[in-house]
Amino acid sequence: MAETFWVEIVSADRLVWEGEASQLVATTTEGEIGILARHIPLIATLAPGRAEVTAADGTRHIVAVEGGFVSVTLTRTAIISPYAQMAGDINVAEARRALIDLAAQREAGDNTMATKQAYHRAQAQVKAAESHDPSHASV
Amino acid sequence: MAASLRELRERNRSVRATQKITRAMELIAASRITKAQAAARATLPYTRELNRAVAAVASYSRVAHPLTTERETFKRSAILVITSDRGLAGPYTSNVIKMAERLTQTLLDEGREVVTYMTGRKGIAYYDFRRRPLEKTWAGFSDKPTYADSDAIADELISRFLMDPEDGGVDEIQVVYTRFESMLVQTPRVRRILPLHVVRDDAPRELMPLYVFEPNAETVLDALLPLYVRNRIHFYIMQAAASELASKQKAMKAATDNAQDLIETLTRQTNQARQAKITQEITEIVGGASALAEE
Repeated sequence: MAETFWVEIVSADRLVWEGEASQLVATTTEGEIGILARHIPLIATLAPGRAEVTAADGTRHIVAVEGGFVSVTLTRTAIISPYAQMAGDINVAEARRALIDLAAQREAGDNTMATKQAYHRAQAQVKAAESHDPSHASV
Repeated sequence: MAASLRELRERNRSVRATQKITRAMELIAASRITKAQAAARATLPYTRELNRAVAAVASYSRVAHPLTTERETFKRSAILVITSDRGLAGPYTSNVIKMAERLTQTLLDEGREVVTYMTGRKGIAYYDFRRRPLEKTWAGFSDKPTYADSDAIADELISRFLMDPEDGGVDEIQVVYTRFESMLVQTPRVRRILPLHVVRDDAPRELMPLYVFEPNAETVLDALLPLYVRNRIHFYIMQAAASELASKQKAMKAATDNAQDLIETLTRQTNQARQAKITQEITEIVGGASALAEE
């Protein structure tokens, strides 16, 4: 049995998930990063996308993140992302609709920070939901 | 005895009806405070992790970031005033506005321009009625704010702060909000959010491990500080929401108690009026009977 470490996934308004995990995979701005127990202390910026935690009991949890950080300390590892959401809690239809709307807005020349962020968030949610449950995968 | 029996009974009924409403509002406010407090507690893990990360970066790199730099020339301040969407909350909104006005006056006396941002319909209405300019306003979430609400406000404030002073950018941003001290005490306060003052703890309680930053400390800081500012704003807005509900509960409790006093007085007066009427009737009957007997 692999060594485990304590993982917390926090969004701005709640603790999304916490527990013992054997592995954490996240997408940083530099590329994918896999974290196991006893990783050196690290703070890395996350790219919009998904993170995957393998819990101590072997279940995989997928989380949609639209940015933020992964922070590894000696005692625990945290994913800090204001709008982090478990893939299972995402309303796929809604996220997909938002994505289409926002893509249209961006094409129409609306390139404000807020729109860009909302677009990345929707994109991350759709991606995470699809990998969580392949039946959602778009055609 | 001025009022007639019928009038007294009617007033009594009307006060009772009002009391039912204020009591319902008191109970609703009380249950919402519990929710607001739970929501505030739920944000603690995020705040804790964010603060820890900021402390970590700040202790390893010399912090020189636009968001933490004090401006040399200081001519324009922005203030964000957090008020409520609805009334019937006692002096809640007027206390915040008084504080904001005092702050504005101080800043003007120091020779600065003041740009005012406002959340909450009550505060907006107050300024609109007096035809005072508001730079931008938000409303509709004062008693149950979400992070997305605060985020929209933070977007505006941060971009205004980073704007060139020549184009209307501001040199500092202050927030006027109401701090939730306890269920009984809520005090309006002023806090400066930008430029950020990073507190460097000289004697850290917890030894910082040697962190690796990816891609590098500057980029991490660049992404971290805006999140920190957003979180501060969210914190103030949530404090304000809890204070608003507590104020409302207190005001509605006072109204219910007053209604109770009024009902008691009115009931007493009604009884007196009724008794007076009966006594008068008896006197009349007795008077009439004895007049007949004397004949």
